[in-house]
Amino acid sequence: MLDAIGVGSLQEIFDRQIPEAVRLGRELDLPPGLPEQDVYEHLSALAARNTSGEDELSFLGAGMYDHYVPALIDMLMERSEFLTPYTPYQPEISQGGLQVMFEYQTAICELTGLDVSNASVYEGPSAVAAAGYLAKLHNGGSRFVVSAGMHPHTIETLRTLAHGYGMDVVEVPLRDGVTDPEAWAEAIDADTSAAIFAQPNFYGAVEDAAALSAAAKAAAAGAQEADGAAATGAAGRVPVVVAQVDPIALGILAPPGDCGVDVAVGEGQPLGNRLDFGGPSFGFFAARQEYLRRMPGRIAGETVDVDGRRGFVLTLQTREQHIRREKATSNICTAQALNALAGVVYLTWLGRRGIVELGELLLARTHYARETLTALDGVEKLHEQPVIREFALRLDADVAAVKRRCAAEGVNPGVDVQALTGRPEDQGVLLVAITERRTRAHIDRLASVLGAAVAAERQAVAA
Amino acid sequence: MSVLETPLQRQRARTIFQKGAPGRRAFVCPPHEVPGVDQHELLPASMRRAEPPRLPEVSEPEIVRHYVGISKRNFDLDSGFYPLGSCTMKHNPRLHERVAALPGHARLHPLQDPERAQGALELMWNLQGALAEISGLPHVSLQPSAGSHGELAGVLLTRAYHEARGQTRHKVLTPDTAHGTNPATVTMAGLEVVKVATNADGGVDIEDLRAKADEDVACLMLTNPNTLGLFDPNIAEIAAIVHGVGATLYYDGANLNAVMGISRPGDMGFDIVHFNLHKSFTQPHGGGGPGSGPIAVSERVAPFLPVPVVSREQDGSFDLDYGRGLVGSQTIGRLRGFHGNYGCFVRSYAYIRSLGADGLKDASETAVLNANYLLALLKRKGVAEYLPLAYGELCLHEFVLSGGPMKRALQIKTLDLAKRLLDFGFHPPTVYFPLLVEEALMVEPTETETKETLDAFAEVIAEILAEAAENPEIAQNAPYSTPVRRLDEAAAAKRPIIRQDLS
Repeated sequence: MLDAIGVGSLQEIFDRQIPEAVRLGRELDLPPGLPEQDVYEHLSALAARNTSGEDELSFLGAGMYDHYVPALIDMLMERSEFLTPYTPYQPEISQGGLQVMFEYQTAICELTGLDVSNASVYEGPSAVAAAGYLAKLHNGGSRFVVSAGMHPHTIETLRTLAHGYGMDVVEVPLRDGVTDPEAWAEAIDADTSAAIFAQPNFYGAVEDAAALSAAAKAAAAGAQEADGAAATGAAGRVPVVVAQVDPIALGILAPPGDCGVDVAVGEGQPLGNRLDFGGPSFGFFAARQEYLRRMPGRIAGETVDVDGRRGFVLTLQTREQHIRREKATSNICTAQALNALAGVVYLTWLGRRGIVELGELLLARTHYARETLTALDGVEKLHEQPVIREFALRLDADVAAVKRRCAAEGVNPGVDVQALTGRPEDQGVLLVAITERRTRAHIDRLASVLGAAVAAERQAVAA
Repeated sequence: MSVLETPLQRQRARTIFQKGAPGRRAFVCPPHEVPGVDQHELLPASMRRAEPPRLPEVSEPEIVRHYVGISKRNFDLDSGFYPLGSCTMKHNPRLHERVAALPGHARLHPLQDPERAQGALELMWNLQGALAEISGLPHVSLQPSAGSHGELAGVLLTRAYHEARGQTRHKVLTPDTAHGTNPATVTMAGLEVVKVATNADGGVDIEDLRAKADEDVACLMLTNPNTLGLFDPNIAEIAAIVHGVGATLYYDGANLNAVMGISRPGDMGFDIVHFNLHKSFTQPHGGGGPGSGPIAVSERVAPFLPVPVVSREQDGSFDLDYGRGLVGSQTIGRLRGFHGNYGCFVRSYAYIRSLGADGLKDASETAVLNANYLLALLKRKGVAEYLPLAYGELCLHEFVLSGGPMKRALQIKTLDLAKRLLDFGFHPPTVYFPLLVEEALMVEPTETETKETLDAFAEVIAEILAEAAENPEIAQNAPYSTPVRRLDEAAAAKRPIIRQDLS
């Protein structure tokens, strides 16, 4: 090979191209390579030092959930044909992946009740920031009004990224567990680019999505009338209403498209994706037709080949970074195609009836869990709003200490909310998630362990 | 329609929504087990969905047949050569899938208490350390979800760095050879792109850089080796110019596979680098993700790193650090939920441990050897006069040919050559990028291909060119054997159909 190249050594290839001064000139300070079986043992030993859903009875949620992933998803994701290709730049040999995207887009449109979907974005919180960017491009407003019921990671992510493209983020507080409707209407003005809420919200409460959407549009119209459109220079600016939705709940919950929502985004992990300590999963992004050309990311479209056969291509690419460069609707290139495949296979596996049945199961078991746990001493509902598969409790005890006591019994009762939000009012708040993997027996076990832990903790503090 | 249709061509595309029948299903719902309550009491009718979403109604065997069937309409890295420039399509070891699927990794909840996720945090700590050593930049955040997300982190923290020094800078310099993600990122970070010209050797035009580098420049974003596969020999001078005006130097890590263990961005003077774990560190690409885009940075911009990062405590345990542990942290904040694409970290960490220090260097050396060997094969008579190397003489891990002469002499465009390659069972190189090369063809063979594969690919290129000299229409109308033939992309964009019609 060196002869063909016309060099005397491999070293010569580097010597002729990389200046000596920027050459490393030593070995990297990394451990030596290992045979496959040793790497397996090492990674296996690391895995063994984690307490996963196999090792304890877990009620953790807050954005990612321990739903059952059917075996056929593993089998399909491991197929070389889906696992190992790059982004489908050559459609003639990428029809499988492109058709999956097309099917995925169809399923997401059906689920959200919206007209158009892209082929995935990274994950939930950054999907909200991407929706914000769409709103800014669409109407040029200068602020986002967001419900305090958004996941704290979503608000933090939105702040980071919105700061980049020059937007303010204004938070609207909750009242009785849901977005305060008066504060919401008041916060939305003629400079508001997007009004954003979560459904159900971070504390598990189902929001009145239709009312929030309508109020957002009405508030903007009212603000313009009051200010005079000429004075604000924002004639006719209506905020884009964005909802971050839980896709599992949409089997039974009114779809965002029916509630006046313009853009629905969310975390796709509950749909057939593993927990993986937080990623990779996928974010979904659906919108009304009028936003199609401002959507971020890849979109698969249908067409025909020269012989008239149906086929699929990446379409509307003039939105994208590789064509549009600094004028692109997003910088996203690699997204989450394989995870979105798991999502559409999961939705297909659930099917039209299954997704409703699963939603009803979650509703029933979550209700049972909420009632059972709030019958315990020192445990109260945080709010009275309807909940679907997650709910917030207020404990009359230190949450971290209660969690430690439960852990000793092999139970993880949920998420310590204040540790995540840092809000003073969240002291004592525990967020409990119920998936179909948590049976009645599991819930009863949680009640007995949590009840004992709260009692013991109160006693310890009293003593 | 030809009578010579292949079996895959005969199968017309039908989506899963066009299959099945009412009442068919795969999922069996577990019993509720809890006392019955009126569902409408639990969720008021006004909040309920009126009609179920029109998802498919199919059985499990139908789902398997459907997706296995359409999978066969994909070309993939396990089936053949995939010399897609800038994408580093190296072999994906199956060990990585096995270890990532271990329940201790795969079923670990991101909000598990850190003291009970010590294995995961140790893995992330070790990966941070390895990436710091490979890049020569000491501080690492694993958070970004992909390369372009890492770029955004890098530009945002550059902005924060300048703002913390009381400076508002507006411009980011990028060479005209840059990946499209660079300028798109700059806009999303609220800054403005200024292009820097490329010199006759394919490197940064130093005079143009000098003219444009001023106190309003926040950053220069560079890929080195660049998208022409060439290492910029003036890198020290470039760094001096950029640092001289107080700007930062950003390294797009897409081409890191050329220099692992050989030359480090930190030693070249870069302040920020993003890695593409799905390129250099062999996370399978999944047909368009997932990826992972960690960043490594120098001391001076470290306080602005996105959070969380993994820290090691006095007692040797690991924790997630949200900025408290970094002295004087002025973090730009979070870029996404949780801690990054951990499943990708597991795979790339397994890769780094499998190869070790010498193995990583060997991978880069072999990638460069393979690229130069393939380039040499394509310098032969019958090829080089149609597809000359655009710049330079040798290359690093990839090279760019120009199809301009081929287009004029043989009447076939780079696109035609790419489509004809499909009939020979090869994935084509990246085409029409970088933009400054006419009819560009960007070839990156990677280190995991054999000499025999490279020989075969070069033979096929020569054969296609010889065929075009006889009859250009063959390539102009290619491909013939793929599941579908050339697709009407213009029609797709003009009247977008982006979902199955269910009416």
